[in-house]
Amino acid sequence: MGNPILDTFFEETEELLESLAEGLESMQGAEFDKETVNSVFRAVHSIKGGAGAFKLTDLVNFAHSFETVMDAVRSETLNLTPQILHTLTRSADCLADLVDAARSGRTIPEEVTAAFLTALQGCLGEGEIEAVDAWDNFEFAAVTLDLGPMDIGAEDEAYVAPTAAEDKAQVKVGFRIDFRPHRGLFTNGHEPALLLAALSELGQMTTNIDLSNLRDWTGFDPTDSHLSWSVDLRSDESEIAVQDVFEFVHGLCDLKIAPLMGSPPATQTDAPSTGPISGAIATPVGEPAAVVGVQAPKPALAEPFGPASAPPPQPAQMIASPARPKAKSERGEDGSDPKGPKATLRVDLDRVDRLINAVGELIINQAMIAQRLQDMTSNRDDDLVMHIEDYRLLARDIQEGVMAIRAQPVKSLFQRMSRIVREAADTTGKNAELVTSGDGTEVDKTVVERLADPLTHMIRNAVDHGLESREARAAAGKPPMGIIRLTAAHRSGSVIITVKDDGAGLNRPKILEIAKSKGLVPPDAELTDAEIDQLLFMAGFSTATTVSNLSGRGVGLDVVRNAVQALGGRISIATTRGFGTEFTITLPLTLAVMDGMVVTVGGQTLVVPITSIIETIRPLSTDLHKIGTDETLLSIRGRMIPVVDVARSLGFPSAGTFNAPLLLLVESEHLGECALVVDSVQDQRQVVIKSLESNFGSVPGVSAATVLGDGRIALILDPDAIASGRVTASYQKPNTILNAERPAYVNA
Amino acid sequence: MTLKVLAIDDSKTIRELLRSVMEAAGFDFSSAVDGVDGVERYAEVRPDIVITDINMPKMDGYGVIDAIRKGDIDNQVPILVLTTESGDKLKSRARDAGATGWIVKPFDDVSLVSVIRRVTGLVA
Amino acid sequence: MSMHEDTPKSQVEFVTFSAGEQSFSIEITQVREIRRWSPVTALPHAPQEVLGVMNLRGSVIPIYDLAARFGLGQTKENPRNVIVVAMHGGQTVGLLVEAVSEILSVPRDQIQETPDIRSEMARQSITGVIPIENGMTRVIDLGAVLNSGGRAVA
Repeated sequence: MGNPILDTFFEETEELLESLAEGLESMQGAEFDKETVNSVFRAVHSIKGGAGAFKLTDLVNFAHSFETVMDAVRSETLNLTPQILHTLTRSADCLADLVDAARSGRTIPEEVTAAFLTALQGCLGEGEIEAVDAWDNFEFAAVTLDLGPMDIGAEDEAYVAPTAAEDKAQVKVGFRIDFRPHRGLFTNGHEPALLLAALSELGQMTTNIDLSNLRDWTGFDPTDSHLSWSVDLRSDESEIAVQDVFEFVHGLCDLKIAPLMGSPPATQTDAPSTGPISGAIATPVGEPAAVVGVQAPKPALAEPFGPASAPPPQPAQMIASPARPKAKSERGEDGSDPKGPKATLRVDLDRVDRLINAVGELIINQAMIAQRLQDMTSNRDDDLVMHIEDYRLLARDIQEGVMAIRAQPVKSLFQRMSRIVREAADTTGKNAELVTSGDGTEVDKTVVERLADPLTHMIRNAVDHGLESREARAAAGKPPMGIIRLTAAHRSGSVIITVKDDGAGLNRPKILEIAKSKGLVPPDAELTDAEIDQLLFMAGFSTATTVSNLSGRGVGLDVVRNAVQALGGRISIATTRGFGTEFTITLPLTLAVMDGMVVTVGGQTLVVPITSIIETIRPLSTDLHKIGTDETLLSIRGRMIPVVDVARSLGFPSAGTFNAPLLLLVESEHLGECALVVDSVQDQRQVVIKSLESNFGSVPGVSAATVLGDGRIALILDPDAIASGRVTASYQKPNTILNAERPAYVNA
Repeated sequence: MTLKVLAIDDSKTIRELLRSVMEAAGFDFSSAVDGVDGVERYAEVRPDIVITDINMPKMDGYGVIDAIRKGDIDNQVPILVLTTESGDKLKSRARDAGATGWIVKPFDDVSLVSVIRRVTGLVA
Repeated sequence: MSMHEDTPKSQVEFVTFSAGEQSFSIEITQVREIRRWSPVTALPHAPQEVLGVMNLRGSVIPIYDLAARFGLGQTKENPRNVIVVAMHGGQTVGLLVEAVSEILSVPRDQIQETPDIRSEMARQSITGVIPIENGMTRVIDLGAVLNSGGRAVA
C-alpha cells in the first residue's frame, strides 16, 4: 500500500535523523572531526533532497535553513558556539517533528517552526538564508528528442536556404547561431551533434560546418576541437529556448546567437519540400573550406583518420583493463561490497509473526511427542529418545533464529529520550543531560514500540521530579548539570532497562503523607520503605504538590507499570536520599516464549512463570497460621509471609481450607515474598505465549495463555496480580488500583 | 541496446526514485551508495551515462567526475550532477569539474529522461 | 455501515442458527468457519456468557454462549451444538449455538428494523429482523455482542 519509495524515504529519514542526532551529540564534546560536521550536513541535505522529491514543502524549507547553517559551520565561516549547537540540536528535534507530521499527513503550526527558523536565522547573524528554489525544478526546457543524430540535417533539409534572397520584406524569422566547441566540451562528455539535434527540435535548420581547421594535419590532437558550425534556425521560439539548448555547454564553446532576418514564415511553409538549394547565402564562420550536410560528427571526424586514432573513444572498445582487477581486489571474495551498507531484507511483520506462530506450534508438537514417548514406559526406544532430543534442540534453534528477526537494538528508542530530557530541562529550567549505555542491546520489536511511552514518562519524571532545582543542587554541593542515566543490558534471560537520576531521592514521609491524604492508604497505616515506594505506582498518585507543566499530562507511574506488566515485565524502585532514584524495568527476553511451571489449581491447568518462583514447599500445618476468618500466614525461616488461595482469587472452586497445601513461593513486587496455594505441580516446560487481548481483553490475574501438548489452552498466571490482590484486600480500600482492576461482575 | 545508467547517491530514497524512473524508461539501472563505490561500480558496469550526487560520504561528486574523467575507461561518458541548488556558482563548478549537465532536485521523471536522452542522443 | 450503501435489491447472505430456541443470524461475510464443540478453558471472573477460551490453530479465541448472552439461559450440552467462528474488527470469536439451520439469501430491503422491544440488551445487539418461513430470524450485531460486558479491559 502507499508509495513504496515514500516509505523508503521515511525509513531512510529515520536513519538520517538518528545519525543527525548522533553527530550533533558528538559535536557537544570537545573533540570532533570535520567528517562529523559533514555527516550532519549530509543528513540534513539528504532529508531535504528526498523531501523535495515528494514535494514536502514544510520539510524542505526547514531542512534548507538548517542546511544553510550547517554549511556555514562546515565551511568554518560560522563559529560553533554552545548557543548555536543548542539551536541546531533543538532544530533537529523540530525536523524530526516535521518528518513525523509529513508521515502522518499532518501539518505543524507555522508558529512552531517559525520560532526555530528564526533561531536558525539568528545563527547566521548578517547572512541571509536564501529561499529554497521554487518547484520549477528544471533549469532547462524539457525537450524530448525523437530524432537520432543521424537524422539531423538529413539530405533533403541540409541546404534549405535562408529566405532573405527571395523576399525584400525582411523580418526576424529565427536565429543565426555560430557555435565553435572548445576542447572541454568533448571532455565533459558532450556531443555537438546532440546539441544540434536539440536545436533542430526548435524549427527548420540549415547547418554549415567549417572544416578549415582540419587542414593542418600536423600535431593533430584528437581530443581537441577542430570544427565549428554555423546554423540558421527558422523558429518561433524565444532566444531563451535556444540558449537553453546550450545551457550545459556555456563556457565550453564560443557561442553567438543573433536574429536571423528573412521573409515572413507564411511564405516559407513549403520551403523544406523545395529541396536543396545551392549557394547558401549565410556567411559561414571562418573560411568555408567545405560545406557539407552534417552527419553525426563522430563518424565525420573519425573517417579521415581511421579507427585507430578515432576521437573520442567509443565505450566498450577502448577500455583499458588494469582498473578492473584492481577494483575487484577491493571487494569481498564473494563479490559483495564490504564498504556498502549491510544487505537487509524488508519483510512484512505479519510474515515473521506467522513464522513465529508456526515455530511455537512446532515446539508444542515436540513437547507432545516427547510426552507420549515418556509415557511409553514399556519397549522404550533409546534412539528415538535421542532423536526427539535433537528435534527439541533444532526447534529451539529455529525459534531463536526467528526471534532474532524481530530483535532490534534499543538505540533508536534511547535516542528519542535525549530529546525528552532536553525538552523537560527547558520546561523546568533545569540543566539535565542524558547518558545512555547499552544502546546496542537487542530486544523484541514490540518491546521497543511499547516501551516508548512508559520510558518517555519515566525520563520526564526523572527530570521533573527526580532532579532538584538548580538552587537546590548548588546548595547540596552538586554540579548544576543533572545526569539522567539510561541503560539497557541482557541479564540471565531478561532485559534490564534502568532509568537513574542523580537527584534528591524519594521523600518517603512526604509520599506516605500524600497517599494518606488521597485516601490511598488508611490514615493509620504503617508501611515499610518498600511499601511506600510502591505507592508511587498507584493510580491517582502524583508527588508534585503543584502541578507542573510536565506532570500535568495525566499519566502516572501506574500507567508505566501497567505497560511494563503488559510486556510481561516488572518495574522496581531503588532510592537513596540525596543521591537519586533508580527505576529498573525487567523484561522477558522474548515475548513469545517463557519457561513455566505447569500446575493444577481448582481443577484447572495453569502455568506460572519460572522467573517469579523462588521455590516450591509443602509446609507443616504448624507453620500455617490463621489470621482473622480467612487469612493465612506461613512462617518460614523466621518470617511470616502471606498465603494466597489462587483458586479463590481466580474465582475457581476452592477447598477453602488447607492442611498441608503445596505452596509456590513467589517474589511479589508489592509485598516481597508470598506463597501461592496450588493443587499440584505437573511439569516444568517452555511454553509459547499467546495473547488473550487480541481476541478478548485482559483478564485479571492472568497475563496470557498458552497451548498445551494436548491442544488445550492453559492460562498463564500473573503472580504479581494474584499476590497484590491480597494486599488490597487487607487494606479494605475500594479506590486502589488493585480493586479497580477487579471486574465488577460476579464470579462465574 | 539498452542504455546503461549508473546513479551514485548516498540517499536510498533518491536511488529508489531514480531506479523507478529509469526502469520505467526502459533503461538498465545500477546504483552506488557513495563516491568510492560509484567509481568502482563505474568500472564494473561501464554505463552509458552517470548520474551523481555531489554531497556524499567518502568521495563527493566532484571526486567521482574527476576520477572518471582522468581514468582510462570511457572518460568522455556523459555525467549528470544531481543537485538541490540551482545557483550559477554551482553550475559553473560542476562544469569546471567536467560534468556534462545537471539535474536540479526535485526532478520529475519526464524531464529527467529527456535530459538523459539529450546528452546521450538516445532515440526515444 | 457499508451494509446500507448497497442497493435495496442486492442480495445479502446470512448464516442462521438457533440459540435459546430462537433463530439468529450473522452476515455470512463475518463467519469464518463452523466447528464442533470442544472443551474450553474457563477464564477467571468471566461473565456467564463467556464460556472460556479455545485453541483455534494456535490462536486463543473466546467462546460466547449466545443464548446466555441474550438472557435465554445457558445452552444445554448437546452433541449437535456447534461453534460459529466469526470475525469482527480484527477480533476472532466463537459463538456457541444449538445448531446451524441454513444459509439465507435475502434482498437487503427485506431486513426490517428491530421493533421496539423492551430488553435493552437485545435491542442493542440486534440490528434487524428477517421474516422466514416459520417466524423470523434476528440479525446479530457482532460488535455489540462482544463489546457490552464480557470484557474486563481497563
